[in-house]
Amino acid sequence: MSEAAFLLGQVFNGLSVASLFVLAALGLALSFGLMRVINMAHGEMLMLGGYLAYLTLRAIPGPVGIIAAMPIAFVGAGIVGALLEWTVIRRLSARPLDTLLATWGISLILQQAARNLFGAVGVQVVAPAWLNHTISVTAGPLAGLNLPAVRIFIMLIACVVLGGIALILTKTRLGLYVRAVHQDRPIAAAMGIDTPRIDCLVFALGAGIAGIAGVALALLGPVTPTVGQSYIVPAFLVVILGGLGSLTGAAVASLVVGMITAVAQIFVNVSVAQVLLLLFVILFIQVRPQGIIAIRSRALED
Amino acid sequence: MPFKRLNLVVVLLTGGVLVATALHHSAISAQKTSPHSPQEALRDRPVDSHAVKVGILQSLSGTMAISEVPLENAEMLAINQINASGGVNGAKIIPVEEDGASDPAIFAQKATKLIEQDKVVTVFGGWTSASRKAMLPVFQKYDNLLWYPVQFEGNECSPNVMYSGAQPNQQALPAFAWAKQRGFKRFYLIGSDYVYPRTANLILKKHIEHDGLTLSGEEYVPLGGSDFSSAIAKIAQSKPDIIINTLNGDSNVSFFKQLAAAGVTPDKLPIMSFSIAEPEVKAMGPSLLAGSYASWNYFQSLSSANNTAFIKAFQAKYGADASVDDPMVHGYVDVYEWKAAVEKAKSFDPEKVRAAAVKLSLTPSPLGRVKFADNQSMVQTGYIGRLQPDGQFTIIWHSTGTINPQPYDPLNFPGKTCNLQKHGSPLV
Repeated sequence: MSEAAFLLGQVFNGLSVASLFVLAALGLALSFGLMRVINMAHGEMLMLGGYLAYLTLRAIPGPVGIIAAMPIAFVGAGIVGALLEWTVIRRLSARPLDTLLATWGISLILQQAARNLFGAVGVQVVAPAWLNHTISVTAGPLAGLNLPAVRIFIMLIACVVLGGIALILTKTRLGLYVRAVHQDRPIAAAMGIDTPRIDCLVFALGAGIAGIAGVALALLGPVTPTVGQSYIVPAFLVVILGGLGSLTGAAVASLVVGMITAVAQIFVNVSVAQVLLLLFVILFIQVRPQGIIAIRSRALED
Repeated sequence: MPFKRLNLVVVLLTGGVLVATALHHSAISAQKTSPHSPQEALRDRPVDSHAVKVGILQSLSGTMAISEVPLENAEMLAINQINASGGVNGAKIIPVEEDGASDPAIFAQKATKLIEQDKVVTVFGGWTSASRKAMLPVFQKYDNLLWYPVQFEGNECSPNVMYSGAQPNQQALPAFAWAKQRGFKRFYLIGSDYVYPRTANLILKKHIEHDGLTLSGEEYVPLGGSDFSSAIAKIAQSKPDIIINTLNGDSNVSFFKQLAAAGVTPDKLPIMSFSIAEPEVKAMGPSLLAGSYASWNYFQSLSSANNTAFIKAFQAKYGADASVDDPMVHGYVDVYEWKAAVEKAKSFDPEKVRAAAVKLSLTPSPLGRVKFADNQSMVQTGYIGRLQPDGQFTIIWHSTGTINPQPYDPLNFPGKTCNLQKHGSPLV
């Protein structure tokens, strides 16, 4: 494998890691931007998506199972997210520390529930045959470059989800309401917008995206009760780095985090690469505490 | 003050990240069961001269439970069999079970409790090296005896531990010898980032260098790590002949899945794993791993009357599809070796038992013919197996005869040997 192919391969891997992070972090950024709620149970929405993918593939084996798993995971995780918002978060949203603790507790409960239902050992989601290909470059200066179809598929999902969210926020009435609540909650409420309903919908939407992220993760690794835990930390990092609550920021930050991880791993091993990434984020926040994209929201300023 | 509130939020979120990290790492201990196990009733049972208490200390909860519960089952099977056929020196064995909860500190606590309160004469237990290292001072302090059944990194030798699991020269080095014999010249080492893979690879690297072969790369991934895209790119770039894999647990699923997605299959690039045995294969799905190699001192597919009898007894008790593996059989054999040593010493005194244990001759067992060497580690045979799609290994290589255990690899620790003469002294 040539140096150029290796470098290009790492750029591809960086994009692939970034697409997973963006899926994991979007929901977090959405709910944080609107409600200033730190949802520690967000990782469990990923886990839920993974298990829903597993169940879907058991019910619908064959090539279309994984496609069917996406909307099912989206709706399933969305419903759980809405329930969570309706029963717990809305009652505590005035007290950020309380929501942090409460959602942490919920996260533990959901993990234990998964352990009891599916066992401590992970379950397997087998990628369908059409995702089992690798695009390999065999000749020319890039000989030896391998692009697994499954990773390209996940990048596509990330792009579609990002595009979809952007459309919802900019082109629909719901998006208009969301932006209004985001900019000034009391005035939006005074204009007749049902803000609790918007909160619930946005939270459900965020959880649903995490569900889709769970399906993507299931294609790359096992689905275990703690699968969400290994992604919640990078997701928080992305949200902090991107600028609290900013979706564009989250997307850009995912790219930055993914690229730093992949490029650092050319020179050092995985453990050291994580250290470098954390150092970078800490230094960046020192210089620019508002993150990559500072959002001008009255809610954030007062 | 536009940014003051924002800073507070940043602090809160950073706190959230820290909590999440802590949570991730404490997920292991998050599900500790209450110490009031049903076994507690046993403690109060009067012990007469016709009964003797031994400790069984494995993780019954937490991440390691998946491996240690079957191991405990195997140890209990041996105890039940021995009790059914008359006990040890006429005494019935009363097992006192404790939960190490996948937490080294709890292992040390429970070991103290077993020895001090329950007055057990010996303890069977431990899995991770961290749990063994945590228990070691306890056994040295009370001069009691621990039977440790899992393959480990060596570099340790205590009179208070009987090491039946493989030393590096009984698992890692036979695998290396086999690979060399097959003509593989370029080795890629990948492992989880903790003591066992690091030490095993340290030893392997010395041997690779010593034999004039090439180390094409070395990579460590945090325990539980799930992204291998860069590691796989490095593997593809460095063109190894074989991968030596010391990844633990779930990481293996991600690694093999992503390897397959990148078009690297076991028939194109051989993979030798040190931490994948039959139950792991069953949990991960044989189709994912088929064709890869493993090095152990026992495979379920070993054909011997002893092994068949063991598997039959185990499956009769724990389900017809229960699979068995190397550490489980070591745990089972440990109980029988302890019995033989007690009978030879005519005493339950740990000091006399360990002196007698190393004087026993080679005994047939499900592992083949084994005994304890003077350094209190097990003399045993090394096997290489190739995984079949049905989840069983076909044995494709075995060492010529039994291998004597070497806690200190001469290439890595020249001149260092086991000295067990002065008991109780820390010889770590």
